[in-house]
Amino acid sequence: MLAPIIHILPFTVIRRERILPGMGKVLVRAGQRVSSLDVIAEANLRPEYLLLNVARGLGLTPERADQFIQCQAGDHLAEGDMVAGPVGMARRVVRSPSDGQVILVGSGQILIEVASKPFQLKAGIPGEVVELIADRGATVETTGALVQGVWGNGHIDFGVMVVLAKSPDHLLTPDQLDVSMRGSIVLAARCEDPEVFKSAEELPLRGLILASMSASIAPIAARMQIPVIILEGFGHSPMNTAAFKLLTTNERREVALNAEPWDPYSETRPEIIIPMPGSERLSLPQETGTFTPDQQVRVLRTPHAGEIGVILGIKGSVTFPSGLKAQAADIRLESGRMAVIPLANLEVLA
Amino acid sequence: MATSLIDADSLLVIDVGSVSTRAILFDVVDGRYRFVAAGTVPSTAGAPYCNISEGVRMAIDRLQNVTGRIMVGADEKLITPTASDGSGVDKFAACISAGNPLKVIAVGLLEDVSLESARHLATSTYARVMQTISLNDRRRPDARINTIIRLRPDLIIVAGGTENGASQSVLKLIEPVGLASYLLPEDCRPDVLYVGNQALKDDVQSSLEELTNVYFAPNIRPTLELEQLDAAQSQLAGIFARIRSRQISGVDELNNWTNGAMISTAAAFGRMIRFLSKAHTTRKGVLGIDVGASATTIAAAFDGDLSLSVYTQLGLGRSLADLLEHLPLHEITRWLSVDVPDEYVREYALNKSIYPASLPATEADMAVEQALARQVMYVASRTAAKSFSSRNGSSDEGLLPWMEPIVATGSVLSKAPNLAQAVLMLLDGLQPTGVTTLVLDQNHIAPALGAAAAVSPVLAVQILDSNSFLHLATVISPVGKAQPGTPILRLKIIYESGHETSLEVKQGSLEVLPLPYGQTGRIQLQPLHRFDVGMGAPGRGGGLRVTGGTFGVIIDARGRPLTLLEDRSRRQEQFKNWLWTLGGR
Repeated sequence: MLAPIIHILPFTVIRRERILPGMGKVLVRAGQRVSSLDVIAEANLRPEYLLLNVARGLGLTPERADQFIQCQAGDHLAEGDMVAGPVGMARRVVRSPSDGQVILVGSGQILIEVASKPFQLKAGIPGEVVELIADRGATVETTGALVQGVWGNGHIDFGVMVVLAKSPDHLLTPDQLDVSMRGSIVLAARCEDPEVFKSAEELPLRGLILASMSASIAPIAARMQIPVIILEGFGHSPMNTAAFKLLTTNERREVALNAEPWDPYSETRPEIIIPMPGSERLSLPQETGTFTPDQQVRVLRTPHAGEIGVILGIKGSVTFPSGLKAQAADIRLESGRMAVIPLANLEVLA
Repeated sequence: MATSLIDADSLLVIDVGSVSTRAILFDVVDGRYRFVAAGTVPSTAGAPYCNISEGVRMAIDRLQNVTGRIMVGADEKLITPTASDGSGVDKFAACISAGNPLKVIAVGLLEDVSLESARHLATSTYARVMQTISLNDRRRPDARINTIIRLRPDLIIVAGGTENGASQSVLKLIEPVGLASYLLPEDCRPDVLYVGNQALKDDVQSSLEELTNVYFAPNIRPTLELEQLDAAQSQLAGIFARIRSRQISGVDELNNWTNGAMISTAAAFGRMIRFLSKAHTTRKGVLGIDVGASATTIAAAFDGDLSLSVYTQLGLGRSLADLLEHLPLHEITRWLSVDVPDEYVREYALNKSIYPASLPATEADMAVEQALARQVMYVASRTAAKSFSSRNGSSDEGLLPWMEPIVATGSVLSKAPNLAQAVLMLLDGLQPTGVTTLVLDQNHIAPALGAAAAVSPVLAVQILDSNSFLHLATVISPVGKAQPGTPILRLKIIYESGHETSLEVKQGSLEVLPLPYGQTGRIQLQPLHRFDVGMGAPGRGGGLRVTGGTFGVIIDARGRPLTLLEDRSRRQEQFKNWLWTLGGR
């Protein structure tokens, strides 16, 4: 059976394609080093348009109004520029209500693209631009530690990681956040209190890494303006020991937090990257595979959600306490306990 | 390539879902089509594969291993037709539901006329209507353009103007569509489906054809009173496949294998239900429900007239996170058969949305999964019923109209730990009325039959008559009002042996009369207190012939609508009792 793979790697090569959702301008060159906040490409993805009804403004028929239009497609306009007229005794004119560029003219109307700030695509990871993707973006590569999450609120940032989690199930409370953490990324484990987010934004932090959070506070986390990443899921799951060890041993290092939501169709997944220079030649981490004995796996669902274990053997169809029959694996959990887990509730650490 | 399957022997159907990809083989056995086997593997539409071909290949591999029949050659191409050594297949069909829902903007003249019909049309596929534009829209023309550009829809459905009706106002509505298409980058332009006043086809074509793909279908609102979606739904099913071809790698290749005949899984399921309604001679409608990961689909057909509703916000996969925003939690937790905190239900739904392929391994998780399934079935069937209940003029408002049979498919039902749980989920979620039969698509082949039916209706009909679908039970659900414990129905069943059993059914009860699979019996019904069992009028009884299913005959007199006890623990006990009545646990 195909195995989903999650990366919790202390040192690997990380290559990420960063592309605009539409055509735009690529702002980097091959070989350039970028930080995670550097802009790779930009595009006016959501341009605003204004349709000026010149005919109405001048009190003329559309055909007649066309004769008084004073601009043409491609012209740049400043706010207040006259675009049509003057007409009649009153010298009626139509002026541009904002800065912009004329796109279309005709039928007594002028279509203006209003000048607006373009969407800027950030690198998301610090590294080197290894490939340019014409008009869309670039591929950035780096080496370092990689920890993938399961949920993110869509923001990206970069900062020094402060470890608050004393244990994998440490509960984060608002009073644990203080001014000394301003501008840093905080590693905690569980969160149940919405006030935590308020404090995090007030300081402000540059990001928050959690193992799990209560489902009821998820909507608040989604609205936060700083990146929030969840590594395990919703509820009270402690952080898996592999991620906990890796992250806590990198305290005070700079980490890049890309909290893009997990969407398999657009190939985005929340990630934590701790850049580290590397001279050795590394191959890209394994992305696909099947379940086989001796693989290290993470349990996705109750019971044992978030626990790490090793596959001892693949079994046939097994009946679970829920009554469900499913293909399963014998797992030796880190605690030494044995468990039979549906293959569908496992992902391979690679 | 139009081909007849009547002379053909074998058919392979690929069904690409968001969680699973299935390869399903049908073949002729003793002169009739039979379901042979299916190979199921995880879908590979998303990362890291981002190409459905890998899943399709593995599903076929799995099927080859099960059947011992080689269907794909060393050149990775489908062997067709069947070779003399038995390898290959004669025909091929495919359907797909994988992928994010299409983003749709609906454009129509009047809010409650053409725009409503455009919304209904969008609901017949995996789509979400993100915005609407109508004559009453108070936004400026540039605001409409900006809306289209901001949302970047995959598809714009334009309706409006009855036949020989409005024209200039329809063309006015199309202006922002054309301008927005012109302004968007070429690879981001939405397809446009025009289903309005047919007199404007040439005008619409000339104003849009150079900007984007424009498709036409007959007017979905030819008169103010008449909504006519069938032809447009067919067109939309094809458009869906073409948009998916652009969005997901491998879809184009699969579509080529079908000679461009691939459609959405929902459309395929709807087609199958329509065939079934043509084959059934009752005055009732035929109901199909597919509870899937990407959506819950309700297909209802009345003498060949299909009403198809796809609720992408009611899937049991990634959309579960959205479900919590749309449905009050207590409407989900009311169905729980075990005591779990509300917060646990929220967590379950969010975690399942993260891992849609994961399975409920504990009793509590299974209870939550089934509670979610009941509620999505309830909401989907009630929402869909608003558009088709008038067609057979039966049953009270808010209740499901008389429908027979009810065909159910989806993993939450077919993989339920026992069939009693599946039956109770269906009875609770759908709350059928009158007399019906419950049929379970154990092998999830109903959409495949619909996909295949385009080339062979015979296949669909013959498979439906075979044992590939499980006849769960004949269900009698009287409709009326009475105090619990009041006798509401006298029933007598006469078995083939001549043996008779009589029963007085009380309001609030759930009864099971055994009638072994395949055996027939004759039932006499006499409703009391003007209860209605769908025999023409309240209080009217009569006789009918029934065929035995896994659960024989179920008399569900728990009330329509089903009212659950307020007290949580007593309610949970009641669920257990109902399950025990059906022989489950």
